[in-house]
Amino acid sequence: MASYRTRKTLDVVLRWACLVATLCAMIPLISILLFVGREGIKGLSLDFLTHLPKPVGELGGGVANAIVGTVTIVAMACAMAIPAGILAGVYLAEYGKSRLGYAVRFTADVLSGVPSIVVGMFVYAVVVIPMKRQSAIAGSIAIAILMLPTIARTTEELMKLVPNALREAALALGVPRWRTVLRVVVRTALPGIVTGIMLAVARGTGETAPLLFTSANNRNWPEGIDQPTSTLTVQIFQYSVAPYDDWHQQAWAAALVLIAFVLGLNILSRLLVRHRVSR
Amino acid sequence: MQEEASESSVPSSSRVATYLTPIPPLAAADEFPEKMSSEHLSAFFGPTEALKRVSLSIRERRVTAVIGPSGCGKSTFVRCLNRMHEVTDGAHTKGRVLLDGKDIYERGTDPVQVRRRVGMVFQKPNPFPTMSIADNVLAGLRLNGMKVTDAKPRVEKALRQAALWDEVKDRLDKSGTSLSGGQQQRLCIARALALEPEVLLMDEPCSALDPIATTKIEELIYELKATYTIVIVTHSMQQAARVSDFTAFFYMGELVEYDTTDTLFTKPSNQRTEEYITGRFG
Repeated sequence: MASYRTRKTLDVVLRWACLVATLCAMIPLISILLFVGREGIKGLSLDFLTHLPKPVGELGGGVANAIVGTVTIVAMACAMAIPAGILAGVYLAEYGKSRLGYAVRFTADVLSGVPSIVVGMFVYAVVVIPMKRQSAIAGSIAIAILMLPTIARTTEELMKLVPNALREAALALGVPRWRTVLRVVVRTALPGIVTGIMLAVARGTGETAPLLFTSANNRNWPEGIDQPTSTLTVQIFQYSVAPYDDWHQQAWAAALVLIAFVLGLNILSRLLVRHRVSR
Repeated sequence: MQEEASESSVPSSSRVATYLTPIPPLAAADEFPEKMSSEHLSAFFGPTEALKRVSLSIRERRVTAVIGPSGCGKSTFVRCLNRMHEVTDGAHTKGRVLLDGKDIYERGTDPVQVRRRVGMVFQKPNPFPTMSIADNVLAGLRLNGMKVTDAKPRVEKALRQAALWDEVKDRLDKSGTSLSGGQQQRLCIARALALEPEVLLMDEPCSALDPIATTKIEELIYELKATYTIVIVTHSMQQAARVSDFTAFFYMGELVEYDTTDTLFTKPSNQRTEEYITGRFG
């Protein structure tokens, strides 16, 4: 048996090792935030947020259309993926011991591993080609497909974490099964489910590849959800590969806007859930 | 011994095969009317028979204790009395359970309706963590979709019945899980009582509680039996002796002996019962 002194030393060493490892893990995140913040803030202004891009060669202009486009596409994707994802998760958690349950779970896991560019190609083939044009609809379908498995699986996992005692408590009060699931199990798992949805939304907002040839880009205000629509991510991509310094600057600024958008959404949803729980 | 009494608990031969032994009448029980009874009740987990043809008569406004070593089927038995047994995957029952003379396992009987009449308190206190104390009390009503117009008096009545009112009246809006273990258990009792059930099943309600909280629950049981029929599963023979009027001793899924608590603890007629209550096994 190791002596007391050895154990003490090991304890201290390991505790410091954990601390150092934690700090190392935070370096990428913090440096991204700092770097994007430093570079992006230079190009950020009210004009940048409220104006359309200028024609090539002219300085200035903004990304207002891309902000509107991102919000539109993500909102439409949420409208498709959140209800379907939550219901699928509820099914898997409460009734998922059947053969169908295993099939759905397996499909969801495979789907979440499909590279996003492949999803983009798929949507191009089944939506863009028949519609004969790229559109916000096509883009949001691609994003929804990417969000769906994340939402379904996190909902399932979090509902499984709800102690069985609570289900039994409700059932023993003569509450029907469906009400028990909805009003007790989903309710108890809600903060976690919302966090899962936020992760999916953050991922969806940050996707570029599946949007490149589904919603494409547009240097004007979107004329409708069946028209090509600009998004922040595609805009960042196009600006950053262009040979103009002004565009590079705008790409940084747009990246900062994107990060702030995702972060803001995250904080907002957490506040919302916390408020509802402590009621 | 009044051998000829309580003939009502013998099943009619048309429904139960004749090879089944007739249900033995319970001595000295006849002054209390029967509220519930099981007739040749068996309970299964998949292929395993956890409860073997138990026939037992539960008397109205009395406390019936169910004792026996771990795994003897006593929890399974009470869970059959409000159709909670079938909630477990692969679990099913055979035989009948009568509530006011009507079989609760009859085809077409909604388990949800049975559970509203036969309330249950579990071993571990399980208040709803997302609800306040008051909302927990009303949970049974609200989750059943009832509009509660007289919330305040209902909450007070149930909490008073559960002897919890004075301790929580100033913090009804606090979370149910902010209470101590014993208080949480009484909150769960209040939650069950708010539905105004006829029978209250208690599955080892004190096993997670300290002696003081246990005493409170036991005093509560004594008061509640004026209004409710109570069935309590307990590991503690002292508790059974203190709170109950009748005691059933289960062993290996079978009902070994059932009698008034006095008789069972002082003059048990079965060898196994005697060995168990004198602490020689279990």
